[in-house]
Amino acid sequence: MGAAAGAGLLVPYRDALALDTPGKLGAPLGPYGERSPFEKAVRWRRDTKTPETGSSFTPIQDSVGTLTPSSLHYERHHSGIPTIDPAQHRLVIHGMVERPLSLSIEDIRRLPSLTRILFLECGGNSGSEWADKTGVDVQRSYGLLSGSEWTGVPLSLLLAEVGVKPGASWVIAEGADACRMERSIPLAKAMDNSLLAYGQNGEAIRPNQGYPLRLINPGWEGNTNVKWLHSLKVTNQAYMARDETAKYTELMPDGKAWMFTYEMDAKSVITFPSGGQTLPRRGPYELTGLAWSGRGTIERVEVTLDGGRSWVNAHIHEPRLPIALTRFRLPWRFDGREAVIASRATDDTGYVQPTREALIAARGTNSNYHFNGMKFWIVRADGTVTNVDA
Amino acid sequence: MWTRSVIVLWLAAAVPLAAQSPTYGVGRPPTPDEIRALGSAIAPDGGGLPEGSGTVATGRAVFAAQCSRCHGPNGEGNVGPILVGGQGTLATPKPLKTIGSYWPYATTLWDYINRAMPFDQPGLLKPPEVYAAVAYLLNLNGIIREDQVIDATSLPKIVMPNRNGFIPDPRPKTRSRKNN
Repeated sequence: MGAAAGAGLLVPYRDALALDTPGKLGAPLGPYGERSPFEKAVRWRRDTKTPETGSSFTPIQDSVGTLTPSSLHYERHHSGIPTIDPAQHRLVIHGMVERPLSLSIEDIRRLPSLTRILFLECGGNSGSEWADKTGVDVQRSYGLLSGSEWTGVPLSLLLAEVGVKPGASWVIAEGADACRMERSIPLAKAMDNSLLAYGQNGEAIRPNQGYPLRLINPGWEGNTNVKWLHSLKVTNQAYMARDETAKYTELMPDGKAWMFTYEMDAKSVITFPSGGQTLPRRGPYELTGLAWSGRGTIERVEVTLDGGRSWVNAHIHEPRLPIALTRFRLPWRFDGREAVIASRATDDTGYVQPTREALIAARGTNSNYHFNGMKFWIVRADGTVTNVDA
Repeated sequence: MWTRSVIVLWLAAAVPLAAQSPTYGVGRPPTPDEIRALGSAIAPDGGGLPEGSGTVATGRAVFAAQCSRCHGPNGEGNVGPILVGGQGTLATPKPLKTIGSYWPYATTLWDYINRAMPFDQPGLLKPPEVYAAVAYLLNLNGIIREDQVIDATSLPKIVMPNRNGFIPDPRPKTRSRKNN
């Protein structure tokens, strides 16, 4: 470079690129952004006769960093996405309170707010992994998982405002969707760190995520994070709603079921390379994935390249936030030999993510929810990547 | 750090005087219409159940008209889940979780049908129709006799077969020592 400049050959950069072709104007500025037309990652869902209920899975195999675009945040709806005019929406706080309150979104936005980065994971995420044939790719097996920045008002603040009566112990949260989905939330959680969120990733929460108001229970299974929140009823008992008895309970081999299993335990998964992907050539790659814990901060992520015989510590991206998606990575060279890879997370409670086999030994195969076992992928000699059943 | 700010706010609101008066004064008392617009949350002790009653015979007609399309003429399942059978299967390799085999409270049935069914028109059924549908499903599962009437008094007294089938989360109650 220096020599070229010294020799008087320095030309303006633009001209050097353009050669004899004149510049061409790009697209005009616009009011609301779209991603590049070359980017194709989308949520996945099963074909169904009832598209208003079910789940759509985040394409975490294409994820970078730790935040999920709101447009790709996983969904689990029970009766469709309601269209709600925020000017008409009210949150009613009632039941065992001194002063029942009806609040508009504008009222709530006047109160002291908090912003917090958190993961959200469906209690049924990785339900595929209990079966003999496990999920073929990371989107369909671990993709009921997303990370967002949430902004809202601490629920404790509004509970102080209404004055909780002595003897109260639960809050029944209800959404304004067609089926009025409800969950019972222990008052202790509501007073601890529940958030009444109106913002997600720098804008109003999307309709798919609960516009205009969503209950956020940090670290707790997605279903407790009631969307389109319009009612909080303070009570002295859990209401044993369908979604905390018939669903979101874990059946054990002895025929008894666990209930009120709220916290999402520490978990991780390699997102690249992962099932369905192909490494186009030998050489260096960055192996990467996500780790998270509903009980705290990810302390360590280990990666195996030899089917679990040996483990090395992965690099963890900072900052590491509690109850948030945490990105790990490991420089790796694919040399054309088959590699059996997996990750294993440890959180700062000391809890270590179990193997699938250990989970099944402890809970059997009929508990549906809260699968947090490791996921092994096989990188074949030809560069294709599959699950271990293939 | 955020927890600390919450605690400060909460303590400020928890001093005796503040317990009698709100700190921010936002919002207003809910109107009766606003309360009515909420779902009727039904407690396991029957709290919240409205007046009215239903019989198995009426429920059979309600079910045929509103439910069988998705759940099958006898609750055997179709687009919607299976609603009968499965008792005695929970500890087997192929458990069948239904109202009769799994649901611990009969009040949940009322609450759920009332708020969420039929799937494409939730909230369509009037309280007597909900009581009747509940009666029919309980009878279909062998839990009540053909002649039993279901109302706000009788429903919470029904002991579901799997009433004692649940235990609270037995996992260790661990939590990060860091502030979160």
